[in-house]
Amino acid sequence: MNVDTEHAPRTSAPAAAQPIVDVRRTRRVPGWAAPAVVAVLLLSLPFSTLSLPGLFEGTLNSPSTLHLLATCLVFGGLATSYDLLYGRVGLLSFGHALYFAAGAYLAALLMWTLELPLLWSALIAVASGTALALVLGAVSLRVSGIALAMVTLAFAQAGSILVIRDPGRMTGGEEGLALNPDTVPGAFIGVVNTVNLYWLAVGYVVVAVGVVWWLGATPVGRVWQGIRANEQRVSVLGVNPYPYKLAAFTVAGALASLGGVVYLLVSGGVTPAITTAEFTLTLLVMVSLGGAGTRWGPLLGAVVYTYVDHRLLQLAASDVFDTLPAVVRAPLSQPLFILGTLFVLLVFFFPGGLTALPGRIRAALRGRGRAAAAS
Amino acid sequence: MSAAPAAPLLDVADLHVWIEGSHILQGVSFTVADHGVTSLLGRNGVGKTTTVKAVLGLVPRTGRTVFAGRDITADPTHAIASLGIGYVPEDRGVFAGLTVAENLRLAERRGQTPRYELVHDLFPELAKRAAQPAGTLSGGQQQMLAIGRVLLNENRLLIVDEPTKGLAPRVVAEVADAVARVAEEVPVLLVEQNLALVRRVAGQAVVVDAGRVVHTGAVLDLLDDAERTRELLGVSRTSAPATHPQGGTA
Amino acid sequence: MSTVVLLVVTGLGLGALYFLIASGLSLIFGLMDVLNFAHGAFLSIGAYATWWASGHLPGAGSDGFGFLVSVAFGVAAGTLAATLVELGVIRPLYGRHREQILVTVGLSLAVPALIQAVWGADPLTFPRPALVSGTVSLLGAAIPTDRFLLIAVAGLVLAGLLLFGSRTRYGLIVRAGVEDRAMVTALGIDVRKSFTLVFAIGGAAAALAGALGGLYFGVVTPFQGTSLLIFAFIVVVIGGTTSTVGCAVASVAVGMVQQFANYYTVAGLGDIAVVIVLAAVLLTRQGGLAGATAGRVA
Repeated sequence: MNVDTEHAPRTSAPAAAQPIVDVRRTRRVPGWAAPAVVAVLLLSLPFSTLSLPGLFEGTLNSPSTLHLLATCLVFGGLATSYDLLYGRVGLLSFGHALYFAAGAYLAALLMWTLELPLLWSALIAVASGTALALVLGAVSLRVSGIALAMVTLAFAQAGSILVIRDPGRMTGGEEGLALNPDTVPGAFIGVVNTVNLYWLAVGYVVVAVGVVWWLGATPVGRVWQGIRANEQRVSVLGVNPYPYKLAAFTVAGALASLGGVVYLLVSGGVTPAITTAEFTLTLLVMVSLGGAGTRWGPLLGAVVYTYVDHRLLQLAASDVFDTLPAVVRAPLSQPLFILGTLFVLLVFFFPGGLTALPGRIRAALRGRGRAAAAS
Repeated sequence: MSAAPAAPLLDVADLHVWIEGSHILQGVSFTVADHGVTSLLGRNGVGKTTTVKAVLGLVPRTGRTVFAGRDITADPTHAIASLGIGYVPEDRGVFAGLTVAENLRLAERRGQTPRYELVHDLFPELAKRAAQPAGTLSGGQQQMLAIGRVLLNENRLLIVDEPTKGLAPRVVAEVADAVARVAEEVPVLLVEQNLALVRRVAGQAVVVDAGRVVHTGAVLDLLDDAERTRELLGVSRTSAPATHPQGGTA
Repeated sequence: MSTVVLLVVTGLGLGALYFLIASGLSLIFGLMDVLNFAHGAFLSIGAYATWWASGHLPGAGSDGFGFLVSVAFGVAAGTLAATLVELGVIRPLYGRHREQILVTVGLSLAVPALIQAVWGADPLTFPRPALVSGTVSLLGAAIPTDRFLLIAVAGLVLAGLLLFGSRTRYGLIVRAGVEDRAMVTALGIDVRKSFTLVFAIGGAAAALAGALGGLYFGVVTPFQGTSLLIFAFIVVVIGGTTSTVGCAVASVAVGMVQQFANYYTVAGLGDIAVVIVLAAVLLTRQGGLAGATAGRVA
């Protein structure tokens, strides 16, 4: 009799009474407009000498800014791959960081120990990460709900322990691994070439977002939607959800591994920080911040989160904060405090995330307009 | 001098329930008198259990539910139960990890003296097995505990959902006896597929089909009409102790 | 032989620490369906409050009775924090499971960061009362005294929780509620009041774990709670949420497996053994989570 009850039962009638949208007012914007704008923006940034003081340390095309943006984009792609699981299929995985870290660490290891060139290391790392996702996914997806969350957490934790304790003296333990400059094409080494790293990150985001969007529009994507809404109904209709869930898990893992390799190049190294459960939780925060299950939400949330995270550290290291009283300065220099608190507030007031904001504002304005018209 | 018809104890109007997108109850309306037994009848899966759960607020619902003159449509379950409704769910709802005595103690209500004597009189087994974990009781004993729990307090209405389901024939008779005895004192809303029990306690019948009420009237009138019974309830034998159909939620 | 004795007792000690964290976590998840990631934050609050009190609170100290006062202060701080979290953050989101998990995640990031902002990221030396310093000789093994303290305290907490469950009305409500919350409401009982109580109990136990963890590790760090929390989750999964004794048994099992595996295999891989046990339990009988469906979190 364990029904999920609520003390003030909400009516669950389907939304029959939605406000009639004024068709004349909404312009029919073509579906490709938003991606086109974003693409133009991303492509033009490295050529812009625009300076946004406060937001960025240098001009838009300066190495430090491009590096920050590249990092933001890498996490944007990673968050989108996580959203495939969490927002689109409804699978709560606490172990996504494992595949990201696997891609990064494997690539770094291959370049150091076997001195394989970048391309080969990347290919093997991504293939291995995908295989790992396939195997672990096959095992983990035999359960669902909280049990799935715990199993994925367990596997990721095992990976994290392996990396940190470093039994084979390979992973660099707490220190991590640096990128082996000998095996990487010169185009990716050096501050001058930061812009190439930026292009790499843009390429990754395009791939990650493209794959997730495209799959979402196929019949497979519709089954995923169905699983997210009501898995039981899907199986009653004669479709076995398991292969679809496994496919999503594997694709997400593959994209994460690819992201790991790109991250390795952009950061110039890897540390165990990306293997922790905490890191996967920040992925969850990023996705929810932007809006889970939406087209742009995870990307936007990740960019905002990463930007705030890095920018606050930059500001704390500079002398900008010195004028503030210690009581304010100390918490401000802890990005996680700001982000965590903001996130809690966001969950309360904007549960749909940032992408739901425009809609909420529009609805609020409409309501006020109506009230004003009525008075 | 003819008395005006008494106001119904429970008045349910236009109950709609959606569960995971399925429109389970599509406008259920019926009343329960303040005496006797009202039997909620129907085939498997028509929405009988969902109806009683909706009355109790255990599932989100729209419509209007009035109990003893008070609108309980938006009330939370614990408030509804505190008004004096005792619930014996389909799966008995006994707490397996608690002892029999603890199960009963949990049902005690503030401001009311628990009627342990009555319960132990009716179900001497419960007194004997007071320290036994409820999870180790047999199905029939658990049913007695579930019924005993709602008798502990002076409730104004009992909602009993398929008390004889899944029990061995001998136990069915015992439980049927208990329900019949209880029904003499307190108004009962009974969900049952065991038509022998339904016939025994008589009273009113409310027949549900595909999420709607399709028939109301006297139980005996319905059960004596074999064709009607078969049409509405899908069974042909109404007088023998039923081998009740196995199956899913009502 | 003496090695085995040492491993057994230290395993028990570690299990005791896990039990202090997992008991509250298990009650909260069992009764409220909330995956409380903020539990590690309660632990850190307890640890740092105890540390602060031992150095700054008049009447408290780092030894003898003063240390007890410090620990009491730490426990009070953790209890208060947990109560505030339940009232201010969890309760308003009643019925919205996904959002509840998200806010505890947010808190799990924000609170240790705040602690780090105030006291820095470096480990702080935790006071070590004379009574629990040194070792005790048992069957040829030299066992650190603080392990015995851990075991004793955990035993007391276990006894306390069992008494609470069987002798008090709220305890009865909680025991029934972890089994079938809906039926408890159908009996006319408003379970929401028990929610705050359960959070407070969990916060108290976690804070106590933080203080004793400080003894165990010798230092306190801001994110200590988060790393211990994962093992507590493993215990809750293995032990289930319907029995305090089950939780205790699972805690001891996890602690033992970890100690023995860490000793007899390459150091560090023992923790992986625990993780493997978890995966095995989940995949064979879903541990104590049978019944938790995807609908609860998605």
